[in-house]
Amino acid sequence: MNSIRLYVIFFLMHLKSMMQHKVSFFMTLIGQFLISFNVFLGVYFMMTRFNQVKGFSYSEVLLCFSITLMAFTLAETVFRSLDTFETIIGNGEFDRILLRPKNSLFLVLCSKVDLTRFGRLIQAVVMLVYGICYSSIKWTPLRCILVVLMILGGVCVFGAIYLIFACLCFFTLEGLEFMNVFTDGAREYGKYPIGIYGKTVLFICTYLVPFALFQYYPFLYLTGKSDNSWYSLLPLFSVLFLIPAFLLWKFGLKHYQSTGS
Amino acid sequence: MKKYWSFFRIRFIRGLQYRTAALSGMVTQFVWGSMEILLFRAFYQAAPENFPMTFEALSTYVWLQQAFLALYMVWFWESELFNSVATGDVAYELCRPVRLYDMWFVRGLAVRLSKAVLRCMPILVFSWFLPAPYGLTLPGDVKIWAITILSMTLGLLLIVAFNMIVYMSVFYTVSPQGIKLFVTSLAEFLSGSVIPLPFLPNHVRAIVELLPFASAQNVPFRIFAGDITGPDLTISILKQTFWLFAFVLIGRFLEKRALKRVVIQGG
Repeated sequence: MNSIRLYVIFFLMHLKSMMQHKVSFFMTLIGQFLISFNVFLGVYFMMTRFNQVKGFSYSEVLLCFSITLMAFTLAETVFRSLDTFETIIGNGEFDRILLRPKNSLFLVLCSKVDLTRFGRLIQAVVMLVYGICYSSIKWTPLRCILVVLMILGGVCVFGAIYLIFACLCFFTLEGLEFMNVFTDGAREYGKYPIGIYGKTVLFICTYLVPFALFQYYPFLYLTGKSDNSWYSLLPLFSVLFLIPAFLLWKFGLKHYQSTGS
Repeated sequence: MKKYWSFFRIRFIRGLQYRTAALSGMVTQFVWGSMEILLFRAFYQAAPENFPMTFEALSTYVWLQQAFLALYMVWFWESELFNSVATGDVAYELCRPVRLYDMWFVRGLAVRLSKAVLRCMPILVFSWFLPAPYGLTLPGDVKIWAITILSMTLGLLLIVAFNMIVYMSVFYTVSPQGIKLFVTSLAEFLSGSVIPLPFLPNHVRAIVELLPFASAQNVPFRIFAGDITGPDLTISILKQTFWLFAFVLIGRFLEKRALKRVVIQGG
C-alpha cells in the first residue's frame, strides 16, 4: 500500500516536471501520434487494396493493432527507466538507489515515467473503439474481459523484455541496440495478427518470446476463428514470462559491481 | 572545393568508427527486412491479382531499402546542428571561410554515406543468397545498374537538401521540435518507406508521385527492381533532378536571408 502511495507521489512529480515545459511536452505528444499514425496509414492502404489478410478483416486487424500498440505504449510509459538503464548505471544513480531502504527495482521504475507516449495511446484507444464497434465479433462480458487480459498480458511481456534488457546492462554496462528488435519490432509487426507471418515466426513468438500468447491465440478465440476456449487463458500464461526475467534481475543484481566513478 | 573534400573525409572517417552500432543496426535491418517480406507474402497469398508489382520486385525493393536505410531515412537529424543554432554556437561556424550551407551539406552526405557503407554489403549479400522470390534479384542489363546509381545519388542529394531546408528553418523558429516531427512523419510516408508507393490507391498515388519525396528512395529502388521502365524512367529521373534543384535553391535562399539578419547574442 505504501509502495503504491510512493509511486503516485513519484508519478505526480514527473507529471509536474513535464508540465514545466508545456509546449515541448505537447509537441512531443503530437510527434508520437504522427509517427505511429504513419503505421496506421500503411495498414489502412494495404487493407483497402487487399480487403483481408489470412481471413482477418480490416476492423479485426485494427483491433489487433490497437491491443498490441496499447500494451506496448503502457509498458513503455511505465518501464521506460529500464529501457535507458545503461544511463542510470553509467552516471552512478543506481548506486544511490541501492542505498535507499526500498526495493531497488521499484525505485528504478519510479525514477522515470514517460508520459509523452500518451500520443500513441490516444491512437490506440481510437482504433480499439473502431475495432470494437465495426468488427463482426459478438461481444459478451467474457470477450470484453479477454480484451483487457490481452492488453495486461502484453504489458507484462513487454515489461519482462525491458527487464531482461536492464539485466544485461549489469554485465555489459552499455545498452544493446539490437535488443530493440524485440520491442520496436514487436510493436511494428504486431500490428497484424502474428500468425500471418508464417509458422517459423509464430513458433518463435510462442516458445521463445511469448508475443503470440497475448496477441495471436486469444485473438483467434476473440474473433471466433477458433472455438478452443483454452486460448482465452493464454494471456495469463504470458505473464509467467516475468518470472525468468525477475530471476535474471536477482542474479544480475547479485553480481553487480559498480562502474566505480 | 578542397576544403569541403577534407571536411567530408573527416566526417566520413569519424562515422566509420561506430562499428558496434553498425553491427546492431545490421541485425535490426535483417529482421526488419525478413518480417516485411513475410508480411507482404501474406497479402500476396490473400489476393495475388491485387499486387501492384511482381513479388521479386517487391523483395528487391525491401532489401535495398534495408541495406541503404541510412542514405534515405528522413528521421535522421543531427541534433548538434539544431543546438548550434539555438545556443548561438553557429557563430563559430560563421567565422570560418566556408559557406555554411555547403559545409553542412557535405557533413550530411558524409554521415549518411559512412553509416550506409558499414551496413549495406552484408545485407545485400545475404539477401542475394535468399531463394527467389524472397531475395534480391539483380538486373541483367548493365545500363540499369548505371541508371540506378545515378538515381540513388540524386535521391541522396535530395534528402540531404531537404534536411538542409529544415536546418535553415531553425534560424527562423529557433525551436525545431514542431517542424521536425511534423515534417519527418509526413515525408516518411510520402517517400514510400512505410509501404512502397505502388501499394497506394491509384488516385492517391498519382498525387504522391508528383511530390518531391517520391523522388528519393522510391525511384532508384524501383528502377533496379525493374518496376520503372521505358519513358517512365526518363520522367522519374527528370523529376528527381527538378526537385533536387528546387530544394537546393530554397535551402540556399533561406540560408542567405537568415544570415543577413542573424543576431548572435554575446555571452
